[in-house]
Amino acid sequence: MPAVVEMLGITKRFNGFTANDNINLIVQKGEIHALLGENGAGKSTLMNTLFGLYQPDEGEIRIRGERVNITDPNMANRLGIGMVHQHFMLVEPFTVTENIILGMEPKLGAKIDIRKAERQVQELSDRYGLRVDPKAKIRDISVGMQQRVEILKTLYRGAEILIFDEPTAVLTPQEIGELMQIMKNLVSEGKTIIFITHKLKEIMAVCDTCTIIRKGQYIGSVAIQDTNVDDLASKMVGRHVTFEVDKTPAQPKGPVLQVQNLVVEGNRGADALRGLSLEVRAGEILGIAGIEGNGQSELIEAITGLRKIKSGSVLLNNKPIENKKTRQIVEAGVGHIPEDRHKHGLVLDYTIGENMVLQTYYQSPFAKRGVLRYNAIYEYARKLIKQFDVRTPSEFTPARALSGGNQQKGIIAREVDRNPDLLIAAQPTRGLDVGAIEFIHKKLVEQRDAGKAVLLISLELDEILNVSDRIAVIYEGQIVGIVQPEETDHDQLGLMMAGGGKGKGGK
Amino acid sequence: MISSMQTSRWNAILIPVLAVILGLIVGGLLMLLMGYNPIVGYSSVFQGIFGNMYFMGETLRAVTPLIFAGLAVAFAFRTGLFNIGVEGQFIIGQLAAAWVGAFWTLPTGLHAAVAILVAMIASGLYGGFAGWLKARLGVHEVITTIMLNYVALFAANWTIRTYLIGASERSKDILPSASLQAQWLSDLFEGARINWGLLLALIFALVCYWLLMKTTTGYELRAVGFNPHAAEYAGMNVSKNIFLSMLISGALAGIGGATDVLGVNGNMAISAGFTGIGFDGIAVALIGNNNPFGVIFGALLFGGLSFGADNMQRVEGIPTESIQIVISMVIYFVAAASVVNWLLGKFRRRQGVSQK
Ligand SMILES: Nc1ncnc2c1ncn2[C@@H]1O[C@H](COP(=O)(O)OP(=O)(O)OP(=O)(O)O)[C@@H](O)[C@H]1O
Ligand SMILES: [Mg+2]
Repeated sequence: MPAVVEMLGITKRFNGFTANDNINLIVQKGEIHALLGENGAGKSTLMNTLFGLYQPDEGEIRIRGERVNITDPNMANRLGIGMVHQHFMLVEPFTVTENIILGMEPKLGAKIDIRKAERQVQELSDRYGLRVDPKAKIRDISVGMQQRVEILKTLYRGAEILIFDEPTAVLTPQEIGELMQIMKNLVSEGKTIIFITHKLKEIMAVCDTCTIIRKGQYIGSVAIQDTNVDDLASKMVGRHVTFEVDKTPAQPKGPVLQVQNLVVEGNRGADALRGLSLEVRAGEILGIAGIEGNGQSELIEAITGLRKIKSGSVLLNNKPIENKKTRQIVEAGVGHIPEDRHKHGLVLDYTIGENMVLQTYYQSPFAKRGVLRYNAIYEYARKLIKQFDVRTPSEFTPARALSGGNQQKGIIAREVDRNPDLLIAAQPTRGLDVGAIEFIHKKLVEQRDAGKAVLLISLELDEILNVSDRIAVIYEGQIVGIVQPEETDHDQLGLMMAGGGKGKGGK
Repeated sequence: MISSMQTSRWNAILIPVLAVILGLIVGGLLMLLMGYNPIVGYSSVFQGIFGNMYFMGETLRAVTPLIFAGLAVAFAFRTGLFNIGVEGQFIIGQLAAAWVGAFWTLPTGLHAAVAILVAMIASGLYGGFAGWLKARLGVHEVITTIMLNYVALFAANWTIRTYLIGASERSKDILPSASLQAQWLSDLFEGARINWGLLLALIFALVCYWLLMKTTTGYELRAVGFNPHAAEYAGMNVSKNIFLSMLISGALAGIGGATDVLGVNGNMAISAGFTGIGFDGIAVALIGNNNPFGVIFGALLFGGLSFGADNMQRVEGIPTESIQIVISMVIYFVAAASVVNWLLGKFRRRQGVSQK
């Protein structure tokens, strides 16, 4: 039997820049096939080609042995190919069912037969263990469930081959576990999955085969039983990668950030922070561990002047900054790598060069008496792009056209290079490849060693445990305990994060 | 999906040009359908624009306020705001200029400059008020600016009648010291009312471009327009920028109104309805792709065609509406640039396939 997907010698260029260079991808029916590669290696490009969003410049695609020319996503749908994009495409005020049937509504005369649709959605959901409520509104459900709605959308359209482009980057650890189970259910029902992820553990856990690409070129395919995490990592990056963060014990000095009894209202009106206190000292990395939605975002917004503080105090280098304007806080020495890079970190329509000066565009040498000096801006951008290895065709490329991981590297370059006394890093490695993660962690440690304070917020316990010098656990808007990373483990942290058991030294 | 800078720059020129050609073709077919000869029709439009110096001068006279209105709309749009209130801001500019021009005494030249400056400030604040309402109270600018248009119209009529009235339902004529007309220019264009306003319009197009693309203010304004969330995170004051954008947009409209009074009519009439120039500005900005230089192109096209159409009706009896349709079609095709883009994409794709 021929392979269900054969992409042979695929080349795709964007105005002279080759994103895919003679790539082969052969996927067998009923397998979970990982597509692995660094940020900007060309994974999304290859998948967009399979889904008919891009046309290849060279090469051919065979589906179930038959040569096809996939001109648009509708055609891909007809061929049984479905894609779940990293950024969801759902209509917020609509219900789950309405979103799923959009464009192919079952009719009862001239009316939409919503009952029947709901039944069908429920059936599909049960069959694959997706657990979605067909009647819920999209805006009321979690990110994880929204993603399952996207999966259902493709299944409803009869997809046999499912493409998942970095589905786990936006999920909490719990949701990732659930997704893995769903993927196993799908293949046991005869579906085929192409799975893009940067997390090698996930590949080892669910995949059968892994195809690796590097800088747009095909490196090879391996069976998962013949490989391991280290092997995959070095094949992908082209050198040995260490997973341990290499650092000496912290030498903390005086406090840089002091937060006392902070009370802040959340989006729903109730208090999201209920008398939170913490301290970050110069020369240390304080990690905040917690389950999503326990006040992490509100804490960052309160410190950075983006959210009103009801009571309590925030001191930066012993000077009060509570309820100051964001610009004053930035100028006082706070850097911020925001969690949502598209919404908060970048102006996607600006070039990557322009984005490098988003906070500093009015300062010398980028401007003189209110007039921008583009030469200086782009020279600076070139320096950062080189220094932080941001893969982009040029500094004039719109930020929108960069791969997700390289957008993130751009933000990190900008924030780290400003050399702030306090660097707030919220999920800084989300969606990054292992090489880039290693690099970012090194940068955070470097900032620490240079005597700066680093506040790291992450949902990934491995990252918290590896990078932090101290760990503060946040639960329902309060710090419920402070622990040393070498004296704790996943289980103890997990318990504290769920509101049980206290660590020592909790304030 | 995302095109490179080169193709997008190329498309920025290609799309309006294609749209104009398509618009002319559709308009021609329509004339044919109505029983007129499109060649005769278009050549009389052409005659009406370029036929003699007078026509040319009058066309440029008609284009001048359109450039200002187009710049006003485009400027706000580039910062993420839809200023429907250019009409009202234009009227406020006219009123301020009519008042200063007729009732203040200042030396020649300076008088005109002061009148324009006062008009700019008045309309700027008028537009800025809508910006303030949006920034402070979250009222959508489309709603407020539409209502402020009516306020401006009726307030202007009342003010003229009560304080500024001259002869026959018009404000008192401005003093010669405030005029933007130049004898030699009128003579050159055989008595047309072309005036210094045109030069001002071109200068302000340049200023707009410079302000938006080359200054820190423009960088902030555009960032807020593209992504207010990221702008806020970067420490920019989003409310201030919304106010500033509407202030500048209104000021641009106001200069347009001032040049109309100081350069063309010499007074302001009590009017039952809107001038329409502010609304035409939306179309002009659309044709010009919200680019200051594109706006000049859009205004020339819009103003030229409308003005030339009168000649067509006078000489050939073809109704001006057919040219209005051409203009609408051009706007339609520009707005449907995605369709054109799509066609271009198909074309390129076809080429790509045949290479294999
Ligand atoms: N539309 C485009 N125009 C120009 N360049 C593009 C375009 N799309 C992608 N690229 C470039 O092609 C390269 C590959 O991008 P792609 O999005 O496929 O990477 P990726 O492997 O998915 O990376 P990531 O893991 O970071 O998502 C990048 O360098 C990107 O800048
Ligand atoms: Mg990608």
